[in-house]
Formats: sequence, C-alpha cells, structure tokens
Amino acid sequence: MLKSNTNKQSKPMLSIKTPKSLRAKRALEKRAPKLVELEKKTLILHGTKTSNTLNAVLTEIYHLKKDNSVKYSRRNDNIRPFEAGGETSLEFYSLKTDCSLFVFGSHSKKRPDNLVIGRTYDHHIYDLVEVGVENFKSLSSCSYDKKIAPLIGSKPFFAFIGEGFENVEELKHLKEVLLDLFRGQVVSNLNLAGLDRVYVCTAVGSNKVVFTHCALRLKKSGTVVPKVELVEVGPTMDLVVRRHRLPDESLKKEAMKVAPELIQRKVKNVSKDAIAGKIGKIYVPDQQVRSTPLPFTPKGVKRERREAKAKGDDKHSEKKQKKQKQDDEASA
Amino acid sequence: MVEENEQQHGGYQIDLGNLTAFDPHHQFSSVAHNREDLVKECISHGTKLIQAVTDALFNLPSTEDASGPVVSLPPPSTKLPREKPLPKPKPPTKWEVFAKKKGIQNRKKDKLVYDEQTSSWKRRHGYDRVNDDNDLPIIEAKMTDEPGVDPFAKRRSEKKQRVEKQEKNRLQNLKEAAKVGALPSHVQLAATALPITGTQTAPRKVSKDELQNVAGMAATSTASGGKFDKKLAGEKPPKHDKKYRKFLPVVEGSGMGSLEKQQSDKILNKLMAKNSHEIFNVGKAVDMYNAKSDKKRRNQQGKSSSTSSKLKVKKSPYKNKSATNKKSSSKGKSK
Repeated sequence: MLKSNTNKQSKPMLSIKTPKSLRAKRALEKRAPKLVELEKKTLILHGTKTSNTLNAVLTEIYHLKKDNSVKYSRRNDNIRPFEAGGETSLEFYSLKTDCSLFVFGSHSKKRPDNLVIGRTYDHHIYDLVEVGVENFKSLSSCSYDKKIAPLIGSKPFFAFIGEGFENVEELKHLKEVLLDLFRGQVVSNLNLAGLDRVYVCTAVGSNKVVFTHCALRLKKSGTVVPKVELVEVGPTMDLVVRRHRLPDESLKKEAMKVAPELIQRKVKNVSKDAIAGKIGKIYVPDQQVRSTPLPFTPKGVKRERREAKAKGDDKHSEKKQKKQKQDDEASA
Repeated sequence: MVEENEQQHGGYQIDLGNLTAFDPHHQFSSVAHNREDLVKECISHGTKLIQAVTDALFNLPSTEDASGPVVSLPPPSTKLPREKPLPKPKPPTKWEVFAKKKGIQNRKKDKLVYDEQTSSWKRRHGYDRVNDDNDLPIIEAKMTDEPGVDPFAKRRSEKKQRVEKQEKNRLQNLKEAAKVGALPSHVQLAATALPITGTQTAPRKVSKDELQNVAGMAATSTASGGKFDKKLAGEKPPKHDKKYRKFLPVVEGSGMGSLEKQQSDKILNKLMAKNSHEIFNVGKAVDMYNAKSDKKRRNQQGKSSSTSSKLKVKKSPYKNKSATNKKSSSKGKSK
C-alpha cells in the first residue's frame, strides 16, 4: 500500500492499492469494463424450496451453458428478486462471480416451478422475467443419434415464431432475455462446420412460450446451401410468463450506449470502383485570381505612381524628402 | 449495410449477427393440439426459419480454413444491453502531453545492448546489465566536485531522488485519472482517514460516551427537544440530568391547605428573609425558650414542692419579650 504524503491540505487521505502479483492483476483486468464486451456469465441458483422438475430444469440449463455459467447448489432463503430488499444477495453473488445473468428457481404453492431470469447492469438488477415451467421434458428422455449431439460452446441458431413476440410486451421482454441468455459470444468470424444447435421458441397464446432445444443436421443439397434438419434433443418446456420488471428508462439508455469510436460513420466522397479501385472526390473551391493577396505589392510598377511622378505632383515623395532632410540634420 | 444484418426472406426477420429468425405472422392452424403435435409443428416451422437463415449465411463470402469454411458475420441488429458501464477514456499523463507538444516519438528499445567495455552484448535491465551503477570501480573527480563529498554516495542519493520524483509523478497521474473517473482497472483507491483542515494532527478517536452525547445534543435542537425522536435499536433513552419541574394541580382537592397560597408564601418569605436584617425566627425562639423554662420548672418542682403550685404566683412565661430580644444576637446582618 503506497501512502500519498504529498497533499497536506484538507483532502481525504487516499492510498492507492495495486495488485502484488501479475495473476491478481490479470484477474482484475478480466473483470474491468471493456469497450467491446465478452460473453456474459450466468449464475444458476435456487431458493428455499425446489421441486424435482425445477432441479432438472436448472441442471439442464447449466449443462447447456457449461463453459460460461456457475451453479450454486445450496438453497438461498433470503433472495426475493421482485421485492425491494431481497436482491442484495443476488447482487453480491453477481459481483463475486462476475455474472451478469442469473436464473433463480423456486417452488411454492402459489408459484409452482418458478424460474426468475434476470440481468444485471454494473452488478445491480437491470430487469427480471418470472416464468413458470410446465410440461418439462428433459435431455435424457429424448432418444437421438449420439453423433449429432451438439457440443458445448457452439453458437446456436434461434427461431422465434408467433405474433405474440411482437405484440405482447411480456413476450417481447422474454424474447430479449432468452436471446441474451443462450446467445453465447458475439463473433465476427464463424466457422460454418461448427453449427449444431437450434433454440425454437413459439409463442402460443398471450403468455405461453414453447421452448425447445434441437440439434442441427446439415444435409447435402444440390446448391452451396445445405438442407437443414432439426432433431429434438434437449429440454422442452412450456414457459408461462408470470411477472416481469422492465428496466427504468435512464438505466436502459445508459446500458444501451455504444462507444462512439465503434459507430461506423459514413465516409463521404469515397467510392469503390471495380476497375480503378478506391476513388475519392475532391472539391476545389473557386480561385479568385484577381483578388489574391500577394506577399508584396510592387509599388514602383503602379501606373498612377509613375504618372504622378512625371507630373511632379507626388505628395509621398515630398514627404519622404522632408523626412530625409530632418534625419540628416539630426545626425549632423 | 443494414440490409446485410436484417433481411426479409418470405416474411421472416433475420438477424445474421445473432443467427436469429423471427416470424411474426405465423398462425397456428388449430388451437386444440395435443402436446406432441404442437411440438412437432413448432419444430417443422422452426426448420423453415432456420433454412432461411442458413441460406443467407452460406451466401456470404467465405474463406477456406483447415476446419471448414469461415464466414465473416455482420454485427447483430438486435441490440442487447451491456453488462458493465462504458469505460471512460483516460486522460493523458503529464509526459504524454509534453511529448505530444514537442512531437517526441516513442522508440522501442532493444533488450540487448552492446557494451563497449566488455565488448559483448549485455541486457539492458536486470542481472549483469549494461551501465550498472554499482559496478563503477573508479569515478574521476571533476573541477566542480567539492572535497569531502563521497561521489558514490552522491550517485546513490541522486538515483533515489529520481526514483522518488518518478513515483510522485506516477501518483499525480493516477490522481488526475481518478478525478475524471478513469482509473486503470487494476488500481483501487481507498480512503484511509479524514484529516483536520490545515494541521497535520492525527484525528482524535471519539469515545463511546461522546458519541452517545452527540446524538442527544443534536436531538435537543428539535422542536420538541428530542423527546419523540425515533430511536434506533440499542440506543439508550435520553438522559435528563436536571430536576423535573413541579406544577400545582389545576383543581385543588379537599383536605389540602391552599397549595397556591403556601407556594407563594414560601417564595415571599424567602425573598423577605433575604432582604430583612432580622434573620431571626421570633416564633421559634419563643417556643424554644418556653420549652426550656418549662423543663427547668418541672425539675425544680420535682425537687421542692412545699407550697402547691396553685398558690404560688405564676410568672407569666410570655413576658419579657424585650429581654429575649436583647438576648438574641443578630447573626450575620444581611447586606
């Protein structure tokens, strides 16, 4: 700890803490806010009581996102995401594990098989969606050819079906949250051989979504584009939206900000040509040749001067002569 | 550019950056489905959507890699919120400002430097380095050198000063960055203590009792004197070190003497007593005297009782007031 002894004025005494090992420094830099963000980690935990189905749901979600999620096995009695004070524990865990998404499962008589999917911004709750799980069909119950089983960490396809996703606010929110949850890393270069999973979400009715996880099989077709075949593999469940909390406007605005250096601005007057390559246009302003100020004014050449001199009417040369006389007298 | 990200393929909205297809117009043919048929229909319709996405995907220009065709994806069109706030751009350090002004370029230094003395390549920093200060065997004296000054010690102290100055500058740069809020991620600021203005005296540790008193003192400045303030759990009830005032009852009960009269008499007597010179309770003195004389007489009578008391001339015990007065000594004339 380095103490700053320089300021003896009325400023609070500050000491600067730096990590003592490179490993600690790397860990801190990993958690620091970045311009372009890496993939979000998910925290999976459950509350006071869970049912068998809910346990299965939570473990399967964990398996789907094995490489970027953390699963807590103990029960947490004091977490109530929708209440004012019940989210402090969640925020603390989010800070400790550096997870910005969480899936909280709980079971009660009033809300059976309850899942709360939430996001955090700066380790504070950003928004929440509460869904009930019905008709759960687990990974192990589907029989399929093991060769096409999707690998962990592959980038998934998403299919959203139904007008509910556009019209109903809760379903719109759920769509966004599901996309965020299962999306994985945003990549710019994608290997087409590694695509093997699909999430299909169908909006049935105004509050129900049928969520399915399928494996992708690409079959040879005549063209470059292969024929797509979906095989139901993973968990299938009905999500019934119960409650949701949207983020407040100012927070949303701040979270949606993109760094100004990342926004691609249109470059003007540049165009690409197949033959000539990159072409730029330059606009040259009109040149005023007559009124361009020259660095010197050739005084002797002026016509008026010459004429005046010839006449002997020149005031300026008179003045000059006078001044010269005075100088001579002064120096003498 | 926008067209690459989101395309309309047969009424679907496709987001290539996220590999998403959205069909807002699909209507289910019949609502009363059993579970399996519903799921099957979802999957079949999903297949159509995914086919549309793969169409768009495989039509992108691809490069061949060892493991397969690699395609450059466009940025996603559906915006999702960040998980952490945007990092603030850090302000340039004092050196950076100076270098920019002067046009100084940063030159990369080599790890190995040629050492003339040993005519070999030595490393720049670390063990057995070039121009090591500790290795100097001889320092030649200059004309400007003072006699009696150890040049080796001088070099060491100069280096120490340079290092301290550099450290001070580094801390200043960090403070500047902290002011803007753009502290580098591995540095954390911790406030250790709040100093008193001006002097360097260490802040005195406040005792528990003092803290308790402070809250009470602050409470007395409220309109009701801190009596109805909500107390925290564990806070003691407010102290009252003075006497409580006593007020007379509004309605006087029977059996009591006039309380108000008594109260005002008391006050008046006190006042009068203070201002009068006769600090002497006449009634009390008389009673005392009478009691004394009665006692005396009883003793005398007990000793000799020849004549009956009835025949004797009784002295009036209430005579000679003036005598008793004269006897009294005025104790402490009031001024």
